[in-house]
Amino acid sequence: MENNTTIKERIAAIEPSAVWSDAGDGMFKVPAASFRHLAEHLRNEEGFDFLRSLTGVDEGEEGLGCIYHLENTATGENTVISALDPDRENASLPSVHDLWKGAGFNEREAYDFFGIKFIGHPDLRRLYLRDDWKGYPLRKDYDMSLNPLNMQNEEANDDSPSYVMTKDGSYILKRHPLFEDQEYVINIGPQHPATHGVLRFRVSLEGEIIKKLDVHCGYIHRGIEKLCETMTYPQTLGFTDRLDYLGAMQNRHALCMCIEKAMGLEVSDRIKYIRTIMDELQRIDSHLLFIACLSQDMGALEVFFLGFRDREKVLDILEQTTGGRLIQAYNRIGGVQADIHPDFVKKVKEFIKYMRPKLQEYHDIFTGNVIVQHRLIGTGVLSREDAISFGATGGTGRASGWACDVRKRHPYAMYDKVDFKEIVLEKGDCFDRYMVRVKEIEESLNIIEQLIDNIPEGEYLIKTKPVIKLPEGSWYSAVEGSRGEFGVYLESRGDKSPYRLKFRSTGLPLVSCIDTISRGAKIADLIAIGGTLDYVVPDIDR
Amino acid sequence: MFDFGIWTSWIHSQLTAVMPEGLAIFLECVAIGICLLLLYVIIAIIMIYMERKVCAAFQCRLGPTRVGPWGSVQVFCDVFKMLTKEIITIRHSDKFLYNLAPYLVILASVMAFACIPVSRGLEILDFNVGVLFFMAASSIGVVGILLAGWSSNNKFSLIGAMRSGAQMISYELSIGLSILTIIVLTDTMQFSEIVMRQADGWFIFKGHIPAVIAFIIYLIAGNAEVNRGPFDLPEAESELTAGYHTEYSGMHFGLFYVAEFVNLFIVSSIAATIFLGGWMPLHIPGLDGFNAVMDAIPGFIWFFAKAFFVVWLLMWIKWTFPRLRIDQILTLEWKYLVPIGLVNLLLMVVVVVFKLHF
Amino acid sequence: MKRNVNIKSMKYEDFNDNEYIEQMLKELRENGTNVIVGCLDDVIEWGRSNSLWPLTFATSCCGIEFMAIGAARYDFARFGFEVARASPRQADFIMVAGTITNKMAPVLKRLYDQMADPKYVVATGGCAISGGPFQKSYHVVNGVDKIIPVDVYIPGCPPRPEAMLYGLMQLQRKVKAQRFLGGINKGISEKEYEKKMREDTNKMEDNKDYDESGLA
Repeated sequence: MENNTTIKERIAAIEPSAVWSDAGDGMFKVPAASFRHLAEHLRNEEGFDFLRSLTGVDEGEEGLGCIYHLENTATGENTVISALDPDRENASLPSVHDLWKGAGFNEREAYDFFGIKFIGHPDLRRLYLRDDWKGYPLRKDYDMSLNPLNMQNEEANDDSPSYVMTKDGSYILKRHPLFEDQEYVINIGPQHPATHGVLRFRVSLEGEIIKKLDVHCGYIHRGIEKLCETMTYPQTLGFTDRLDYLGAMQNRHALCMCIEKAMGLEVSDRIKYIRTIMDELQRIDSHLLFIACLSQDMGALEVFFLGFRDREKVLDILEQTTGGRLIQAYNRIGGVQADIHPDFVKKVKEFIKYMRPKLQEYHDIFTGNVIVQHRLIGTGVLSREDAISFGATGGTGRASGWACDVRKRHPYAMYDKVDFKEIVLEKGDCFDRYMVRVKEIEESLNIIEQLIDNIPEGEYLIKTKPVIKLPEGSWYSAVEGSRGEFGVYLESRGDKSPYRLKFRSTGLPLVSCIDTISRGAKIADLIAIGGTLDYVVPDIDR
Repeated sequence: MFDFGIWTSWIHSQLTAVMPEGLAIFLECVAIGICLLLLYVIIAIIMIYMERKVCAAFQCRLGPTRVGPWGSVQVFCDVFKMLTKEIITIRHSDKFLYNLAPYLVILASVMAFACIPVSRGLEILDFNVGVLFFMAASSIGVVGILLAGWSSNNKFSLIGAMRSGAQMISYELSIGLSILTIIVLTDTMQFSEIVMRQADGWFIFKGHIPAVIAFIIYLIAGNAEVNRGPFDLPEAESELTAGYHTEYSGMHFGLFYVAEFVNLFIVSSIAATIFLGGWMPLHIPGLDGFNAVMDAIPGFIWFFAKAFFVVWLLMWIKWTFPRLRIDQILTLEWKYLVPIGLVNLLLMVVVVVFKLHF
Repeated sequence: MKRNVNIKSMKYEDFNDNEYIEQMLKELRENGTNVIVGCLDDVIEWGRSNSLWPLTFATSCCGIEFMAIGAARYDFARFGFEVARASPRQADFIMVAGTITNKMAPVLKRLYDQMADPKYVVATGGCAISGGPFQKSYHVVNGVDKIIPVDVYIPGCPPRPEAMLYGLMQLQRKVKAQRFLGGINKGISEKEYEKKMREDTNKMEDNKDYDESGLA
C-alpha cells in the first residue's frame, strides 16, 4: 500500500462522499447510492482491474454491505472500499459484475449469506445453500432453528432471478430460464470422479460439445466463516487447515499473519524461515497431487501412482515435524507449534536430491506423451484479461500471462530475501497451466535449497497471552496458496473472537471462469480443464 | 507338431460305434460347448488376475496378495461376490432390452472366442470363411453395448453407448483392412490354413514391411475395438462414471466386465494367429535342428505365450497412455489408419504380385 | 456353524471390538445351520469379504487419504478392495470420507439407495462420525448415521491410511460374521420389491414425474 496517500486523495476527488476510516488497514466508506459511480471510475479510469476480494458484512445498525479489495495490476496500487446499505430488510447494492467478472460469483455468495440484493446481477441465485433455504445464515440475527435437515431431494431450479432497476428508483424481479426445454442437460456431480470432490456441473450438450455450463457449489459448505465468529482467535486457526487441505500450511500462515498484523506482533527470523520452507513443501505436495489427479482424470493411471509415491516422501518430512499428514495444525499465532525435528534439514536435503531427477520422469512419461499434448494444448484458453477480471490467481493466472504471484506482489515471510523465478507462461491453455505447476515444483525446490542451510537460531514460538483480543479495525493479508491467492479478511470489534472473518477462496474464481472457457469444448475437455484449473472444493465452499 | 485331430477323430469313431451318427454329433457338440464355456471362464479369470498384477507392477504396487498364494484366488472371491450381488431393476428403463444387452455382449464374445485355433486339431469353428465369420460375430458386441446404453435410461450410459457405436464401427474397418492385408498374402480365409501357411516363417516376417504396418494398425484398432487402453471412452471412468454399464449391477455388470477382458484376449490371440503364427512354432528355414527343438514345445503353449505377450503389450499401453478425445479417436481412424491401411493393402498386393515376400 | 472370523496375518487379539463380532457369531449359532447351507455360506462370505469394492466417493480431506490408501505405499488392492467403482450400482461399500452437509445429505442417501445389496457404509473421519469440528455449524449433518446405517466407524481427522486399512479389515470381519443365505439376503421377489418401491414413491409429495436426470 505504498501509494495510498495519492490514491486516497484521488478517491476523495472522484467521490466526495467517500469517508476514509483508519482502523486497521483502513478503508473508504462509500454510501450505497454513490458506490457504482466510484467503482466505474476506479475500474475504467484508474485501472483497478483486479477485484481481490469481495466480502459481505453485517454491520448491525449500520446495515448490510460489502467490502471490496481492489488492486491495480499494472501499478500494484491497492485500495479498500466499503459500501453499506442501512436498510436491513431490503438491503441492495448495485452489482459490479460487469466491471469485474469475478464479482459475479462473489455477489451471489453475499446474496446467499446476507440477503443483499445486487441490482443488475443477471443470475442472482443462491450459490451455496439450497434454493429453499430460509433466512441468511451469516447475518448476526440468523436463527439456527430455521433450517432443520431437509432430506427431500433438491429441485433443480432452471430459472435465474435478477433484480432490475426501474426508472422510479425501485427494482423489479425478473426471471430468465437457464436452460431451454429442448436442451440436453447432463448432470456431472456431485458424486463424480472428475469433479475433485463434491462440485456439481449442469452441462448443456450438443452431441459431445458443451453449449453452456452451470456450476452448483455448496455441497461441502460447512459454514466455517460463521463458526469462526463464535470461536476465539487460536480456535479459528483449526478451520484453515480444513479449507484447502492441500494448502494447509499456507492457509494457516495467512490467518496467523493477519492476526499477528492486527496484534502488531513481529515474528522472529527463525519462524519466518520455517514457515517459508513449510509453505514450499506444501506447495510441492499439492502440485504433485495435481499432476497425479490430472493424469488420473485423463486416464493415464500410472502417473497417478508416481505422483502419490513422491508425495508420500513430502508427507514423511512434514509428518516428522508436525505430526500430521494432511491436517498439520503447525502454524500458531506468534510462531509454530513445535520446533523442527532434528532430522528435518537432512531429510529435506535428501528429498531435494531425490525429487529433481524424478521430475524428468514425469516429463518423459506424461508431458511428452503425444496424446497429452494433443488434449491439453489449445484447449480451455483463458485470456489474460479474463484471468484478471475473474481474479483467477495462482498457476491458472500465471499460465495466462498474468504475473500474479503474491510472493512477488506483496512479499511476506522470507520471500523477498530468496531468489526465485515467477513462472509466467503466455498461452493460458490447459498445457500451460500444467507446465506452470511442474516448473513451480522446481522453483519451490530452489527456494527450499536456499533457505534450508541457514535457518537462524531463535525461538520458534513467541509467547502470547492465553486470551488474545484484537483492537478494533479490519485487516487483510494474503499468501500465495498452492492454487492462488489465499486471503484472510479479519474484522474485529475488540472481542476475543472475530466479528467477521472471511477467507478469500482460491478456488471460487477458478470455478467461476469454467463456463467461459469450456464453452464449445467437449466433455473430455471439461475434465482436462477442471483438472488443470486445480481447484479444491472444500476451499470453494468453505 | 502334435495334431489333436487324432484324438478328436478317435473319440468320434468310438462314439459312432455305439450310437447313431446324429446323436454322436449332438453329444460332441454339447461336450465341446461345455469345454468352450469352461475355457472361456478360465481365460477370463486368468486375464483378470493378469490385469491386476500387471497394472500393479506398472504402478509400483503389489496388487492382490491376501487370498491364496500371491493373491491368485482373488478372482474367485470376486466371482462369488458378483454372483451374490443384487441385480437392480430400474423403473423407466426398457426392461427386456436392459436384461438382454449383457447377454448379447457375452454371446458375441463367446462366438468370436470359438474361432480361435488354440492348437493343431483344436479348432472349434473352422471353415473356409472363418475370418469373415469372426469379424461378423465380434461386431454383434456393439449392438449389446448400444442396447445397454439406450435401455438404461441414463444420460451417461447413452453418451457412452453413442461413443462406443461410433468408435467400434469405425475401427472395425481398420481391423478388416489389416486382416485383409494378410489374406492377400495367404489367399485363404480359414484360420487353420492361415496358421499352416506360417510353417516356414510367421507372416510378420514373411510379409515384412506391409505386414509390420498391418500388425501395428491391427494392434491400435483392436485395442479400440475392445474399448480399452487409450480408447476406453465408452466407459471413461472420469468422464461418464462407468459409461454404458453405469446402471448395471451384480452379474449383469460382471458379464460386461468379463466380456471386456476376454475380448482383449480374443483380439490378442487373433493378432497372434494372423501375424505371429498362432500355434506354429518359430521356424527358421534351413536350421533343421533348431526347428526340431522348437517343434518339441506343444502348439498350445506357443499359442498362449504369443497371445499373452500381445495382451501384455496392450496392457502396457493401457496403463501408460491417457485417454483420447472422441474427435481425436475418429480423426485417428478416418484420417490416418484407414488411408494408411488402404495404401498398405496395395503395397501388399504389389509385394505378392512381384513375389517380394520371403 | 461359523467359527471365529480370522483375518490373514492379523491376530484375533490384535483387533478391538471382538465382543461385537462374538455377539454376532453367537446370534448366528443360536439356531444352528444346515451343514450344506452353512458351508456354502462360508464360501460366499469368504468371497464377499475379500472382494469389497469401494465407491469412489469423497467430499473433503479424508478423500485424499482414501486416494492415498489406493496408491502405491498403502495399496488396498492387496486386500481385494481394488476396483474402485465410480457407479454406485457396482460398488459394495461406500466410504463416507469427509463432511456431509445438509445440501449433500439427500444426495448421499440417494447414492446409498442406488447401491445394490448387500452394501456397507464406512464412516471415515470425525466429520462423518459426528460432524467433527463443524458440529455447531448450521449446514453440517452431525454424523452420517442419522441418514444411513453405518457399519464401521474410523475416527481421525483425517484417519491415517493405516487406520483406514484397519477399519476396512474390521468391515471384512463383519462381512465374514454374517450369514448370506437367509440372513442379509432378504430374498424379496421382484414383485414385492416393486410394490414396496411404489409405496415409497407415493409417499413423496404428490409424486410428480420421477426425476430422471439422475445424480449420475
